[in-house]
Amino acid sequence: MADTPIPLEVRNIKKRFGDTEVLKGLSLTAQKGDVITLIGASGSGKSTFLRCMNLLEQPDEGELVVHGEQILFKETSKGREPADWKQVVRMRAKLSMVFQGFNLWAHMTLLENVIEAPVHVLGKPKKEAIAHARELLERVGLSARADAYPAQMSGGQQQRGAIARALAMDPEVMLFDEPTSALDPELVGDVLKVMRDLAAEGRTMIVVTHEMAFARDVSSQVIYLHEGRVEEAGAPADVLENPRSERLKQFLAPKH
Amino acid sequence: MESLMTWLEARLADNSIFTLQTLEYYGEGLTTTVQLVFLSLVIGLILAVPLAIGRGSKHRWISLPIFFYCYVFRGTPLLVQLYLIYYGVVFVEGIQETWLWVVLEKPFVPALIAFTLNTAAYTTEIFRGAIKSTARGEIEAARAYGMSQGLMLRRIVLPSAFRRALPAYGNEVIFMLHASAIASVVTIMDLTGAARFVYARYYAPFDAFLFVAAIYLCLTFAILYLFRYLEKRLLAHLKPASG
Repeated sequence: MADTPIPLEVRNIKKRFGDTEVLKGLSLTAQKGDVITLIGASGSGKSTFLRCMNLLEQPDEGELVVHGEQILFKETSKGREPADWKQVVRMRAKLSMVFQGFNLWAHMTLLENVIEAPVHVLGKPKKEAIAHARELLERVGLSARADAYPAQMSGGQQQRGAIARALAMDPEVMLFDEPTSALDPELVGDVLKVMRDLAAEGRTMIVVTHEMAFARDVSSQVIYLHEGRVEEAGAPADVLENPRSERLKQFLAPKH
Repeated sequence: MESLMTWLEARLADNSIFTLQTLEYYGEGLTTTVQLVFLSLVIGLILAVPLAIGRGSKHRWISLPIFFYCYVFRGTPLLVQLYLIYYGVVFVEGIQETWLWVVLEKPFVPALIAFTLNTAAYTTEIFRGAIKSTARGEIEAARAYGMSQGLMLRRIVLPSAFRRALPAYGNEVIFMLHASAIASVVTIMDLTGAARFVYARYYAPFDAFLFVAAIYLCLTFAILYLFRYLEKRLLAHLKPASG
């Protein structure tokens, strides 16, 4: 254990928006190669939980350990804040995120999007970054669109491009925030296929999703959240095939 | 060159107004106008970038003075601003003893200051709007990929905001060109100044002012063309795929 630090450990995260507590003490440990899927109804806090992991949302309580490095917080008059933003920047570079709305930078071509953070955040030489980016675009099936702007691509292409952008950081953990929810049904398959390939090659991934087939086939662990708490967690065979709680049974029941 | 001049002289031989002499006035006026407009736009643009960023600051002691500056310079006529600076500067205690007086005594620099402050105020507002309308998701992605505030501003927010601001800024450039005509009221021999001079000498309003109007039209056309070219190049990403 000591030689390879755990990619991501999250302990007892609590978060409130005004008077409502949306996360009521959530923990999670992502070992190398784990694929953890977070499922739950909308409003269950699964996206907020994911966004707390790279501090896009500031948790009010709890601990984060990224690749063995504990994130430091300080109390201010406005609530808890990271003590050292440089540390946050460093940890974010290790956790790359894929968003529901793709969020590619619109004024850059796809290739420029993919090399942007490696060159300007990690300080990678541009030539090397471009070579790496071309490989990644090839892998997600977008070699031909390297010079296209996001607005010129379909949603599915944009999302696969966003996955290439995330891979270009050589991240410890990839965070997926409902990556297929904004896509037309016929485009979902391509994106899921790329994600399955990533899981198969041993990427550590945390995925918020409504794609139950994906959760069942790919994850090492499924966490079902309800109102900011873990209702059930475990291997997909247990959680998805033999749900214990009435709520999860209902959640999984086919809808007509 | 030689033959061109003889050709021009022959053309002008039976024309009493557009002599080589008056054309030279127009030529000098053109140079002055272009200098005045170009310099004030460039300096105004350089000032507007930090001002626009500061205008959106959450610290009120940064954003409020900038808001006030923009409000004043957009809320009063440029002519009044020009009068205040050109005529007012004389009354600044002791200014006539300093080296500054050498440049402030003549109207060019006071006009340049007025125009610069005016265009900087408008440009600040244009950029502020463009910065504010940066897609939230793109900012979020920049943060999630480990960009610091400065890097995000330099690589994501400003490049995308400048592109969005381009059409509005093109209008501001044309507006400044035409607003520069008021420089002639403080005795600057710009294009309009030259036209006024020719009109006064020959009492020929149509010849004097239609000619100068035609020159402004040509300049405007050049600006439009330049911005159309820039938009085509820099706003390519907003056009959906052609096929």
